[in-house]
Amino acid sequence: MAQTGTTPQTRKADPEAVGRPSLQDALARALRGNVRQYGMLVALALIVVLFQIWTDGILLQPLNVTNLIQQNSYILILAIGMMIVIIAGHIDLSVGSLAAFTGAAAAVMMVKHHLPWPVALVACLLIGAAAGAWQGFWISYVGIPSFIVTLAGMLVFRGGTQIMLQGQSIAPFPRGFQKIGSGFLPEVGPRTDYHNLTLLLGAAVLAVAILQEVRGRRQAASYGLELLPTGFFLAKLAAVTAAVAVFTLLLASYHGFPIVLLILAVLLFGFGYLMRNSIIGRHTYAIGGNEAAAKLSGVKSKRVVFLAFVTMGVLAALAGLVFAARLNAGTPQAGINFELEAIAAAFIGGASASGGVGTVLGAIIGGLVLGVLNNGMSLVGIGTDYQQVIKGLVLLAAVGFDVYNKRKAGS
Amino acid sequence: MAGPVLEMRAITKTFPGVRALSDVNLTVAAGEVHAICGENGAGKSTLMKVLSGVYPHGSYEGEILFKGEPCRFKDIRASERRGIVIIHQELALVPYLSIAENVFLGNEHARRGVISWNRTLTHAGELLRRVGLHEHPQTRVADLGVGKQQLVEIAKALAKEVELLILDEPTAALNDEDSRKLLELILELKAQGIACILISHKLNEIAKVADSVTILRDGRTIETLAVGAGGVSEDRIIRGMVGRDLEHRYPERTPEIGEVALAVEDWTVQHPIDHHRNVVDGVSLHVRRGEIVGIAGLMGAGRTELAMSVFGRSYGRWTGGRVLMHGEEIRTRTVSEAVGHGIAYVTEDRKQFGLNLADGISRNISLGALGKVSRRGWINEHEETRVAERYRASMNIKAPSVFTETGKLSGGNQQKVVLSKWIFAEPEVLILDEPTRGIDVGAKAEIYTVIADLAAQGKAVLVISSELPELLGLCDRIYTMAEGRLTGEVERADATQESLMRLMTVSAAIQNEQV
Repeated sequence: MAQTGTTPQTRKADPEAVGRPSLQDALARALRGNVRQYGMLVALALIVVLFQIWTDGILLQPLNVTNLIQQNSYILILAIGMMIVIIAGHIDLSVGSLAAFTGAAAAVMMVKHHLPWPVALVACLLIGAAAGAWQGFWISYVGIPSFIVTLAGMLVFRGGTQIMLQGQSIAPFPRGFQKIGSGFLPEVGPRTDYHNLTLLLGAAVLAVAILQEVRGRRQAASYGLELLPTGFFLAKLAAVTAAVAVFTLLLASYHGFPIVLLILAVLLFGFGYLMRNSIIGRHTYAIGGNEAAAKLSGVKSKRVVFLAFVTMGVLAALAGLVFAARLNAGTPQAGINFELEAIAAAFIGGASASGGVGTVLGAIIGGLVLGVLNNGMSLVGIGTDYQQVIKGLVLLAAVGFDVYNKRKAGS
Repeated sequence: MAGPVLEMRAITKTFPGVRALSDVNLTVAAGEVHAICGENGAGKSTLMKVLSGVYPHGSYEGEILFKGEPCRFKDIRASERRGIVIIHQELALVPYLSIAENVFLGNEHARRGVISWNRTLTHAGELLRRVGLHEHPQTRVADLGVGKQQLVEIAKALAKEVELLILDEPTAALNDEDSRKLLELILELKAQGIACILISHKLNEIAKVADSVTILRDGRTIETLAVGAGGVSEDRIIRGMVGRDLEHRYPERTPEIGEVALAVEDWTVQHPIDHHRNVVDGVSLHVRRGEIVGIAGLMGAGRTELAMSVFGRSYGRWTGGRVLMHGEEIRTRTVSEAVGHGIAYVTEDRKQFGLNLADGISRNISLGALGKVSRRGWINEHEETRVAERYRASMNIKAPSVFTETGKLSGGNQQKVVLSKWIFAEPEVLILDEPTRGIDVGAKAEIYTVIADLAAQGKAVLVISSELPELLGLCDRIYTMAEGRLTGEVERADATQESLMRLMTVSAAIQNEQV
């Protein structure tokens, strides 16, 4: 209870041994801080293996993996933004409606008014930013709870979508725009059995990842910080290499690298880095963790919360565009229940209901758990009725496991 | 004379690492008003929590006899069923329910779960007449002032057929007129045979209504005096309250005092909701480089409110006053402005206002000055970790790693993290609010050393503390506050616990002279 401070290794009285932790200690320490995230990664791997067996190998067939990515891309985009909002201690229920609204706006601009698609795309992202700013204003500067403001937004944007589309779907989109949702990177170079550019990209990603890991380790060493034991570090590198290689080969043996995956990768690394390494990201965690303490440390909490909602607005717009592009239509029914999927993804991926905890990578993992469950269950022929029940229980179990873990950890 | 209505015998209550009460005895005679006096942290509230069952039977040692029968309350409802009702300083009313609903909350006039509004309203009306509150029972509590809310609390207690009423600092938030009415009500209830325990540090109030007074100090009963005969002077009570053991050793230091760093002039702050009450009233003070200055005061004196208000107007509504740094007026309207001018405030309430308990040590330490571990808005986590490691070593923070969540640390280590955070921000002036509250003896000594070192480095340090020996052991100069006003300024050489306590408990007469 009170004495968490001192947990010395009583088995060794040698004072030097205290400074150099054993492998088990280091491992335990690395895991302890991230039980939830490692737990979800393991759970994701288990679910994948389970369905891979259950579907006689269909799950990880190149075609299906590509489908899986494209089907879930918009939820994953929303989950990134939702994670940020939840870390700041808020919630956004309007994202599904906002996605539909921007998809509809894109359709009106491109199909009815024949605007060039890049112009319309930028305009839609700006609409998203404005919608986010609108909600962020009421939440942070006026002080209305985000649940209420975004519930209102959910109705307003859904209604706006229907008004704009007059109850009709609008289609088709220009070819260039459709590619955002269902296109692939172009093929280059000689004909091989694989998609060359994808292989190149995979190799590049792998090189950068390994370089980063090594550089980070060297830097940590130069700062005199405690490092992971070498064996563990190499094992980690090997695991990363294997994962990237398998994934690259899978994609390269079908149509190649989906464009939307590129978008997702940029968002994952961009926002991951922002939340982890930028001052504003850190302030977001501080506000969610303890707003009063953050304010007394000089954090401008209103502005940070406002910006979190602007970001969410832009990401919701992007998700709406990707969805519309994949469907090749702007439709009034777009985005229904997206907000709930995104919220579930964030919580499965390690967000805390009270704010201040979670990672962007966690949101992606949580989204993938849901996505693989959806896809796998569909493949083995489980109806959507049962799927919903199972997904609901998974959400409850994931958060329940976390609550149980925290209570066990004490105080 | 009838036997005692309440006897608490040899009550001992320990928390991890702290003995809050040791061997406390309290005897309340039937139908008397019994005051309890003591400094902050003397154990008054803990004793009352033991009595009312907040700390259930079994979590303390000793026995409680109510009307001669032993009591083993397992929760607060059990004590209320016997007629012991406690009214806390922070009122526990539901603002958006009516007076009548509040009075019978948890004690409804109902048959099979259906409330009888007729009986509720009639009965509430009777009770309101008894406490002298002329309001309709259906008025919302939120529409009442604090004084009237206090009366609603008492009506609520009467509804539970109270035989022993415990009032914890009942007049702390009241103006003079409301206080006077409340004290008269206490005397009326006494005439109706209701005994009352009154926790108060306003000695003039005690002199007015109490029959006897028990003094607690450091979790022990010091003495019980009879007030009724008129033989107890305020000085006598003060002498009992102070004189805590000098249990700590304070670092030796030879202060090198420079020019004035921070000066506050005529600072006035209104209560955030009740704009008729000045929580801080025209306070002027200053602190020099290399100097440690104390602010002494009892609960509700306005010390924390003063500090938080100066630090970015984080409390209440500022209505006047200036802040000067090195003789020049500065703006401290936001926390960032205050921090930018070199002011740091280490809060009294670590968990609520000081730390992000869900985050690790390193991230908590850097939060006050993230700019120092980052370049162009990007944080260098390695640098941040190194900084945290440095403070973990120099402040002796006991934790498995600098990434350990601060929620898992002990109080002393948490306090070291908060101190590290503000030392890392390199302020010129540090305001430390109760820097050793709830901390074990060893950690206290370490924190005293840190404070002395800061002064030796030329920082100006303001220490707000409720522990007089701590102020006497640490400070070069001590201000006293009472009821929002500055009541004294004493050099350490001239200060004793008694002289400070006298300034902290100025009675109404002395105050009127000052105005």
